[in-house]
Amino acid sequence: MSGVGHEGGSSTLPAAAPALQRPKEGTATIGYIIRRFFQAILVVLGVLIIVFVLFHLEGPEALARSIYTTPRASQTQLNYIIRIYGWNLPLWDQLWRELVNYAHLDFGRSNTNQSVKSLLITCMPRSLMLVGMSIVLSLIIAIPLGVFQTVRRNKPSDYTLTGLAFIFYAMPAFVLGTVLILLFEDTWHIMTPISQSETIWQIAGDWRQITLPVLTLSALTVASFSRYMRSSMMDALTEDYVRTARAKGAGPGRVLFRHAFRNALIPIITLLGLSLPAIAGGAVITETVFNYPGMGFLTYTAAVSNQVQVVVGTTIVATVLTVIGSLAADILYAVADPRIRYANR
Amino acid sequence: MPTVSDDGGTPALGSLVSGSSRVVATDLQATPEPVLAGVPPAPEGGEAGTTGSMTRIIARVFVENRLAVLGLVIVIAMIVFCFLGPFVYHSDQISILLRPITGPGTCGPGKINVGPPCPLGVDNEGFDVFGRLMAAGQSSIEVGLAAAAVATMIGVVWGAVAGFLGGVLDAVMMRIVDVLLSIPGLLLIIVISVMFSPGKYFLILIIGCLAWLTPARLVRGETLTLRTREYVQAVRVMGGSGRRIVLRHIIPNAIGTIVVNATFQVADAILTLAALSFLKLGLHYPQTDWGGMLSDGSTYAAAGYWWLIIPAGSCIVLIVVAFNFIGDALRDSLEVRLQRR
Repeated sequence: MSGVGHEGGSSTLPAAAPALQRPKEGTATIGYIIRRFFQAILVVLGVLIIVFVLFHLEGPEALARSIYTTPRASQTQLNYIIRIYGWNLPLWDQLWRELVNYAHLDFGRSNTNQSVKSLLITCMPRSLMLVGMSIVLSLIIAIPLGVFQTVRRNKPSDYTLTGLAFIFYAMPAFVLGTVLILLFEDTWHIMTPISQSETIWQIAGDWRQITLPVLTLSALTVASFSRYMRSSMMDALTEDYVRTARAKGAGPGRVLFRHAFRNALIPIITLLGLSLPAIAGGAVITETVFNYPGMGFLTYTAAVSNQVQVVVGTTIVATVLTVIGSLAADILYAVADPRIRYANR
Repeated sequence: MPTVSDDGGTPALGSLVSGSSRVVATDLQATPEPVLAGVPPAPEGGEAGTTGSMTRIIARVFVENRLAVLGLVIVIAMIVFCFLGPFVYHSDQISILLRPITGPGTCGPGKINVGPPCPLGVDNEGFDVFGRLMAAGQSSIEVGLAAAAVATMIGVVWGAVAGFLGGVLDAVMMRIVDVLLSIPGLLLIIVISVMFSPGKYFLILIIGCLAWLTPARLVRGETLTLRTREYVQAVRVMGGSGRRIVLRHIIPNAIGTIVVNATFQVADAILTLAALSFLKLGLHYPQTDWGGMLSDGSTYAAAGYWWLIIPAGSCIVLIVVAFNFIGDALRDSLEVRLQRR
């Protein structure tokens, strides 16, 4: 951040981002990253334990029945399943085995005896592609929109956009997606449904297939990001360095883009990190609405056919990916903003 | 619309379905000028400071915010429609009759007590869509309110205890919140739903138990500032127990923050339930909610049966927008109150 002083304000977005830390001088970025890294590991462990506890809450026999779904299963058969899955062992022992398995990327097998790992390997790139495209699109739309609203603040166009943001914010992916399908695929025949046989590159390259899912997943993010960008810009404009820049004779455009904009952009990184869990949740819905064969759709199909192992596997992988994403965002934030170093909460 | 939450009126930021991170705005800039300008000086002899006048100021600011009034009207209209509507408009929402779907205005050969007008047609299971909207809305609103209540209660107690006791306990309690906050909540709910296929009350509990994180953070923050206040010290000097301080002094003083967040929680809970129902993991037959209706209807999108999709979708969006408007306005009123303190 060349030439832009930070002495003026405290954190620019007090109302925001729980993860926003108060600045504290003299602590190294490295220390912050290490602490954040251990926290991420803690999160993953926490999730694994929660899922494990949920999984074993009903006892081994219910688990055996979820694998061996025939209602006529005899006690001997159930016992056999319990034994080969090791569900009769002490819980601590089982937890340890599970953790070791997960560490080896072994998430068990589905009811149709496919390994969950192979299912995930097929589906994960597709989801990452969808989410990645959606995030890029959201940023491309939301950031200029927020700046535009700041420039035209409290004018009709600003109010209109705010109103739209409110509506899109309240419009869940399954409503928006269904309506978009109804209009663009079934009524006007502009778009085509996702092909189940094509590779991700073919799907991603065909705008008639990929546009609607990406738009649906982006709508909510655009709504919240643009509102955020707007208030972030407004905050930045009240900072001392902006006043200084104006006093030194910088033109409105230069003040806006060189001084305010670059600082207003920083909190968006944190926002992105914080939004990742929501985007992951939104991806499940969006993929289901559009039959997009990613991890979310896999979760859904496994859920309705009661394949607990698959659901657990996708949940764990999605959580780990989310945590990694948030971690990356936080590290990026610490790098981008010299004021933000780790401080005691 | 001069009184829309403007400038810093922080965006209703958060997550769609999982625990949201909407936070009460504390930035100074957030106080919207038009609202402030519209507030008359303390009414009735200028006795600012008494609770009565405060309540009145809040009410006045709220009423002056046209969007808030609109939100309130929508919510009340929805409640009347869903809970009183069935008394006026009778329709059978229990028994299934498989037969061709009919469009708005036509009932087709039907069940005995399907009402004659069928303004929104009949769905694939023979349910009158207009009547179904009411029945579904009942579950949506009930679960939304109840889950928000559960989330708020857990969150308030958790946050107040953590903030009040401080130290190691606070650190541990808030770390737990951090851990849970970075889990994609919807996925966890899906896991739980698959394992237990919960009924209505269990669903309320699950949605509530996964949404208490934001209120916990907010109340903890509030408690940290409140516990140093003179009146809290006074209670302590007089020998009041920790429980008394938290329950009788800290929580009542944080009530504004709590109520604002609870309003957003209702909207979030309705969305969560709708998402679950859309994934066919929600309420069990014959109960349904708007998300479930949408899910059933979306099968027929290719046939162009818009009346199975648009009404239910609009209901979800309307009620969520309404609750968000109310929450935003309450937050503005609250800030005005704080300003005048």
